[in-house]
Amino acid sequence: MADKNGFFDLSRTTLSRRTALKGIAAGAGLALAPGFVRYSQAQSSAPIKIGFQSHRTGIGAAYGRWYEKTSAAAVKAINDAGGIGGRQVELVIEDDGTDPARGAEVVNKFAKQHKTDIVFGTLFSHVVIGSAPAAGENKIPYFVVSEGHHVASTKLNRYVFQPGITDVKSQIQSMAPWIAANAGKKVTQIFPDFAFGYDHRDYLPPALKAQGADVIAQIAIPPTESSFTKYFPQIPAETEVIYHVMVGPAVLTFVKELGEFYGSQRPQLFGFMDSLEAVDINSPGLEFLDGSHFWEGSPRYAQPDDSAAQKAYRAAVGIDDNGAAVGDAKDISTASHMFGCWETLYVVKKAMEDAGYKGPEDRAKLVEATEALKEFAEGPEHPQGPKTFNGKIHQCFGIQNISKVEGGKLKVVHKTKIEDGLYEPEGDYTTQAL
Amino acid sequence: MHFGPHLLLAALEGLVTSAVLALTALGLSLVFGVMRIVNVAHGEFFMLGAVLAWAISTAISGHPAIGFAAALVIAPLLVGLIAFLAEWLVLRRLNYNPESTIVATIGMLYIIQQLALTFYGPEARPVEPPFSYRILLPWFGYSGYKLSVVAASAILLVVTWLVLTRTRIGLIMRATQYDRETAQAFGIPVERVYAGVFAIGAMLAAIAAVLIVPISQAHYLMGQDPLLLSFIVVIIGGLGSLRGTVVAAVLIGLSDGIVSMFFSPTLAKIIATLAVAMVLVFRPQGLFGTTPR
Amino acid sequence: MTDVSPAKAYALHILVVALLFVLNFALPDYHQGLFARIMTLAVFAMGYNLLFGYVGLLSLGHAMFFSAGLYGAGLTVYHLGWGVPEAFVAGVVCGAMLALVIGLLALRTSGVAFMIVTMMFAQVFYLLILYFAAWTGGDQGLVIQQASRVVTVGGALFDLTDPTVRYMSALALFAVVLLITLALVRSRFGRVLVAIRENEERTKMLGYDTGANKLAAVVASGAVCAASGAAYALLFGYVGSSFASVQYSILPLLWVLLGGAATTLGPLVGTLFMYYVTDITSGFTSAYLLIVGVALILLVLFFPKGVLGSIRQRWLGWLP
Repeated sequence: MADKNGFFDLSRTTLSRRTALKGIAAGAGLALAPGFVRYSQAQSSAPIKIGFQSHRTGIGAAYGRWYEKTSAAAVKAINDAGGIGGRQVELVIEDDGTDPARGAEVVNKFAKQHKTDIVFGTLFSHVVIGSAPAAGENKIPYFVVSEGHHVASTKLNRYVFQPGITDVKSQIQSMAPWIAANAGKKVTQIFPDFAFGYDHRDYLPPALKAQGADVIAQIAIPPTESSFTKYFPQIPAETEVIYHVMVGPAVLTFVKELGEFYGSQRPQLFGFMDSLEAVDINSPGLEFLDGSHFWEGSPRYAQPDDSAAQKAYRAAVGIDDNGAAVGDAKDISTASHMFGCWETLYVVKKAMEDAGYKGPEDRAKLVEATEALKEFAEGPEHPQGPKTFNGKIHQCFGIQNISKVEGGKLKVVHKTKIEDGLYEPEGDYTTQAL
Repeated sequence: MHFGPHLLLAALEGLVTSAVLALTALGLSLVFGVMRIVNVAHGEFFMLGAVLAWAISTAISGHPAIGFAAALVIAPLLVGLIAFLAEWLVLRRLNYNPESTIVATIGMLYIIQQLALTFYGPEARPVEPPFSYRILLPWFGYSGYKLSVVAASAILLVVTWLVLTRTRIGLIMRATQYDRETAQAFGIPVERVYAGVFAIGAMLAAIAAVLIVPISQAHYLMGQDPLLLSFIVVIIGGLGSLRGTVVAAVLIGLSDGIVSMFFSPTLAKIIATLAVAMVLVFRPQGLFGTTPR
Repeated sequence: MTDVSPAKAYALHILVVALLFVLNFALPDYHQGLFARIMTLAVFAMGYNLLFGYVGLLSLGHAMFFSAGLYGAGLTVYHLGWGVPEAFVAGVVCGAMLALVIGLLALRTSGVAFMIVTMMFAQVFYLLILYFAAWTGGDQGLVIQQASRVVTVGGALFDLTDPTVRYMSALALFAVVLLITLALVRSRFGRVLVAIRENEERTKMLGYDTGANKLAAVVASGAVCAASGAAYALLFGYVGSSFASVQYSILPLLWVLLGGAATTLGPLVGTLFMYYVTDITSGFTSAYLLIVGVALILLVLFFPKGVLGSIRQRWLGWLP
């Protein structure tokens, strides 16, 4: 029998079982009744499936919950307004255990078993990096809400996007002018001894230098550390500002011990809200933070000058004026990050509609349509603030907030400009083949 | 900060670590020594102690000291009960076969961790210390509560030592550890001793956790580090040696604080772990243990 | 294990390989991908089984051998631009060399001390990966680009990211290791190892150099686990420190115990079982670890010798 499908032809570049199946299907199709109508006509009313890769267990679990809440609220809002291109949106959720290997398996599951249109929602950097290859191999667009610099570094692949949340390099850079002008010029950095901390260790010194300030000491603390007092003696006496980005379950201990060590005679403190996401700022032991400042992605507490869009967003997600879940004042949200889910889903909507997206066969068009986006105006779809988008590095840029702990709340005292956070692109995804 | 005060601070911190570690490791050492099994879920009993302490102290309103005192009594008892049940339902039926026990305790680890995640949640939650007193030294401030933890641990260790060496129950436990068959021949109900030891081991871990939880927070993954450290302490100190366990805990707790003064933390951990491994390679019975019979 | 003719033993294993070969075409896309991963990790379990099942040495540090292969292959591709075959060999060599060093040190201990020592060495390895994050990518890890993961055989180019090529590569590695393991356990060397497991003193008295044999077993085990790690890096494109954590030392132990220690096919069965229990239960509850935990306890209560071990004990005494 002649080898029509090239089964045994070793010069073929890929052994494709697709070819085998297609051959069989073609033969079967010919044998079937000619009146066989494909589903494609009815496809336009089939829902758009978004695979949500959630951290339901593992170290990211506290974030996973709020990411799911915000995403569900955004999907509801989108569906109530008619969906994407007239089609309703459906979230398919899988737990990745905040583990990179499992993340890759989940991406495969979305692409091959659930057959979702895109994958969305991952937060932790190492999981994003571990899952990205799977997204690239499956050629499925992967919209992450991670805040890491890895997407913008152009070291992943052309299918990974971060259009709804700014990256940490941009955030750190934006903080430098205010810190140098208002907090102090001699800065000691305390950060966790892993990737998230390294970003701060690497990006802050040059940014501060450009503003005439200096990082005089950098203290790396192992992420599993549960007690911090032994590191404090390393803080130089002439420190004017302690810049702290400790994350993890031990953050409360960190602040408490800092308070015990210094008492009331302390340097200025500047922190990132990552330390206290989902933690009540009025928890016992955090009194030491009174009067200090924090970076916030989106303000946790309702501000007097909140836009109508911000108010509507808060109501839709279900957080009260203190940033806690409506009805449970102890359930503090991850306000500085979760807005990224809302905004990313609206970016997906825009890109899909721009591309005339019909189904998985249009994924390449979706990638190109996303890359063509330039800016997002502040409004109901982007309640955190206006953004620009760089299609070459797949990363958005936006405004940042600096808030002060005052009277048991966080009060926004400064908003940066988008230009404060811009940096030179390191590469160009659009040159990669799809 | 000058070297002297820095060293003092590191030493104080090391003492607190040692205090908690000694109790946790002692629990493991008892189980290990008497029952000759590896309990991979030991860290989860530690975590349960902390989580239950949070639950009890938040349920009781009023001065934090009352809630804490209640937690200190009730949490270990509850954890002991859970351990007792686990031993009775599972471990006993395995005849304490070493490999099966490891698998079974891994299963227990997953179960306890997952239940904690489901009912307690993924967040880290604080527990108020019974008192907040800041001791003001010339060079730095220090938490009075932390020092009380060291004292409390020392008292508990002494009490345990007294029970082991001066009471009949302690005698029975030591006899069972020394030679199971002969103990049985003498009419000691070995099965009941095992159940009791397993429960006590878990309770010691739970008490250690209740003591530490006002300093660190209760989190469902907090059992992993104590497990690793406890193993190190038990092996270095020597199987079944209470004195060895305490000495090893002090050594490891102190060195952790002091070594990190001179090296970057990760490098310090590398050196410390390598040192421990080398001690074991060249002296497998640990510092105080006797070569296994 | 009752004696069995080589023909029967080999026939069974070749049948298993053939079955897996056919499954490539029968399995739906998602499961095809999952099987590729399972086969690669089953090699890891087989390497572990060599030491644990046949020599009776319980190590809690085998993540370091897997990672030695993972990073040996991954880093040579990422930093030095090596091709796939060279990188694979580099990974295996790294694992073997590490196993030699670790073996010389750790074999001075036994029993529980051996467990702890191997766990400590693995911890040091993990910390070193974090310490040299500038080269290894630390906890975030490194992505091996798709373009680097291709093999040229003769004139044809095989893309390792193509699902079928990946499946077949994993199957090839699995088949080779499976048959080598079978040959090994049936050989004189394999029997000496079992003798050492059963009674080391007596084996020594019979004139065997137990030290050398044990060391050889450690090196073989390390090399096989490294092969799995190297394959994993090249087939799946990600190297990261999470693979060197203690979790990846516990997993092979679990897989082997579930499937049946000291059986050649046990590791595959155990890996398959764990993967599917997790996959299926995570589909309908986020508390899937709970179900895994319960499954483990039930298994160990009623099938303490693992699935294949119990089958061998009760029905098929000839199972290798």
